[in-house]
Amino acid sequence: MDVRPGHFDEMHGSGTTVRAPYVDYQDWFADEDPRRLLKKSADAEALFRRTGITFNVYGGAEADERLIPFDIVPRILAASEWAVLERGMEQRVRAINAFLHDIYHRQEILRAGRIPTSVISDNEAFLPQMIGMTPPGGVYTHIVGTDIVRTGENEFYVLEDNARTPSGVSYMLENRETMLQMFPELFTKSRVRPVSEYPTDLRTSLGACAPAASGNRPTIAVLTPGIHNSAYFEHAFLADQMSVELVEGHDLSVEDGRIVMRTTRGSEPIDVLYRRVDDDFLDPLIFRSDSQLGIAGVMDVYRAGGITIANAPGTGIADDKAIYSYVPDIIDFYTGEKPLLNNVPTWRCAEPDSLAYVLDHLAELVVKEVHGSGGYGMLVGPAASKREMASFTKKLKANPSKYIAQPTLALSTVPILTRAGLAPRHVDLRPFALVSPDRIRITPGGLTRVALKRNSLVVNSSQGGGTKDTWVMET
Amino acid sequence: MRLVISHSTTYTYSTPVRHGLQELRLRPVSGPCQSVLAWDTEIVGATHQLLFDDEYGNRVELIRLTAGATETVVTARGEVETEDVGGVISSHSGHAPIWLFQRSTPRTAAGTGIRELCRDLAEADDEVTLLHGLSAAIGERVDYVPGQSDVETTAEDALVAGAGVCQDHAHVFIAAARHLGYPARYVSGYLLLGSSEQQDASHAWAEVWLEGLGWVGFDVSNGISPDGRYVRIATGLDYRAAAPIKGLRYGSGEEALHVELEVRAEWESGQQQQRSR
Repeated sequence: MDVRPGHFDEMHGSGTTVRAPYVDYQDWFADEDPRRLLKKSADAEALFRRTGITFNVYGGAEADERLIPFDIVPRILAASEWAVLERGMEQRVRAINAFLHDIYHRQEILRAGRIPTSVISDNEAFLPQMIGMTPPGGVYTHIVGTDIVRTGENEFYVLEDNARTPSGVSYMLENRETMLQMFPELFTKSRVRPVSEYPTDLRTSLGACAPAASGNRPTIAVLTPGIHNSAYFEHAFLADQMSVELVEGHDLSVEDGRIVMRTTRGSEPIDVLYRRVDDDFLDPLIFRSDSQLGIAGVMDVYRAGGITIANAPGTGIADDKAIYSYVPDIIDFYTGEKPLLNNVPTWRCAEPDSLAYVLDHLAELVVKEVHGSGGYGMLVGPAASKREMASFTKKLKANPSKYIAQPTLALSTVPILTRAGLAPRHVDLRPFALVSPDRIRITPGGLTRVALKRNSLVVNSSQGGGTKDTWVMET
Repeated sequence: MRLVISHSTTYTYSTPVRHGLQELRLRPVSGPCQSVLAWDTEIVGATHQLLFDDEYGNRVELIRLTAGATETVVTARGEVETEDVGGVISSHSGHAPIWLFQRSTPRTAAGTGIRELCRDLAEADDEVTLLHGLSAAIGERVDYVPGQSDVETTAEDALVAGAGVCQDHAHVFIAAARHLGYPARYVSGYLLLGSSEQQDASHAWAEVWLEGLGWVGFDVSNGISPDGRYVRIATGLDYRAAAPIKGLRYGSGEEALHVELEVRAEWESGQQQQRSR
């Protein structure tokens, strides 16, 4: 297989030898008939179609439901590599929760001058309704999906912290399920750490964050905006896997100071609401009054301590791209430790010197909207046309504080199976961390997204990315 | 000064209520210029749900309208001992950062009128004088005319219309103060009037944060800073955040609002109480 020059391939390093975590897989692969594997690949797609994992792509045709392509070559991490990521993520998640508590209380980090006040005061993601509010158990980000990329043998960078409502965990689970069904022999040969405990862990972790007055077995419910939401499948899937109710706003109301759901057994109070509805739509009494997706009064019940909302409203202030560049300071300030995982060097275009640099080096940089997500509204300098660059230059000059810029990283590749055999494609990784008052659980593995187009660096499923099963080895 | 207050708000619905919630900000809290001696709220046609503190430190009660009700009555009554602090509350309490009060809201956004008002303001030797000048200018420009504005009226609208009530005066003042760079907040409360004891609405004024001094109150409608006749109930960025009653009702039909408010001074018993202490 070719390796893309200048890019670290996780299977082959920078040459032709197979790296240790992939040796067993390579042995197996060498004995396989490529035609059988291609057929298996098609089978996998059929399997996904049956299970119903589809994804609505914004900007495509109306209700364009399509499958996120799945590649059957796993992305494999050695136990030692995972240990680094796990410790680094845990440190980040702890720091972010400490930051959220501080920013909604005494704001020591601003008093200490470690973050300029304007970064918070001018930020729409700072939610005044959370001021003075300590969520049950002190947990703000119950579920975090940290986006990590790799650029070398020992070089990992965190791209985003995704502390609001990270999605994609259902793919992590379904991808493994599919691999187990199609290639059971692989899992007897290689000792891969399971991911199947995620739903149980999620339930345990959310339950541990229930309000103090809840009983031994807190009632948990998943709040979905409904079937038209692009991640509805995941909402239904997680509710099912946890054996909890899947609810919509109109199923819930305030009764006797609690949020209750109507069930066939009558009204039942909810202790923990795993909501997949954005802050703006969560409570028409407090936020957007035209929202049909939320529950009137839920924020009041929350402030009174009668319910846990996961993730807490207002966590966006921690994963905002304007805050991202301060995460190393945040880690240092709250933990006194050096960051274990790298941040990508980031130019804040709000700062005149940075803006000047960015405008001069546009062709080498990736420019992102501070409040954007999903790979929309960004400029990938090396891949951009003259026209795109000119249009971005205008946007940057008109509204510099809306943008940050980062160097284009030489993302690692992992092979995918093509008709011509294995071919390197760029990947990222989103492991999922579950936070409870007593511990942080990180499922070994995560969602590996892969850019299926040759040389493409954009892995987002909304822009033609696919996924892979992610293996973390026992040893 | 000991003030005895009785404040009842009646909503009458043309069709029975299906479902609805109301947040009540009707519980004054003890602070630098007042001690709440006794306070209670009573509700008819709704049930009590919660009592909590909001992000500004206001005591909030959530009530749920009773399905089928055609009327809700909320009565707040109690006694508050006030102290004349010359409108100055030196300390800031709670976790809401001072910079938050520089954020403009839809009701307090500065338009052309408010920018002009600020530009034409007479120069002053100190900030307090400057702000009293602002208050006087607003009083001259916006006549006190009940019924000309409603809860949605913006500061800019009220200034252009040249008419409004205390709420509009407060909004114009807040919008202008923030435009001048001062953190400012809305205060809802009660005021002892000399003339008649019966009032048809609660009162509102504004407070501005001045470095070195603290929160300083300005009652545009009366052209003064609050004294011992004022009781503070709730504060916030604007009316919407501090409103005595704010709610949401599902179902069709109109609603009518009727307020009865009595604020009186308990001179004698207050003095007796002091003697007996």
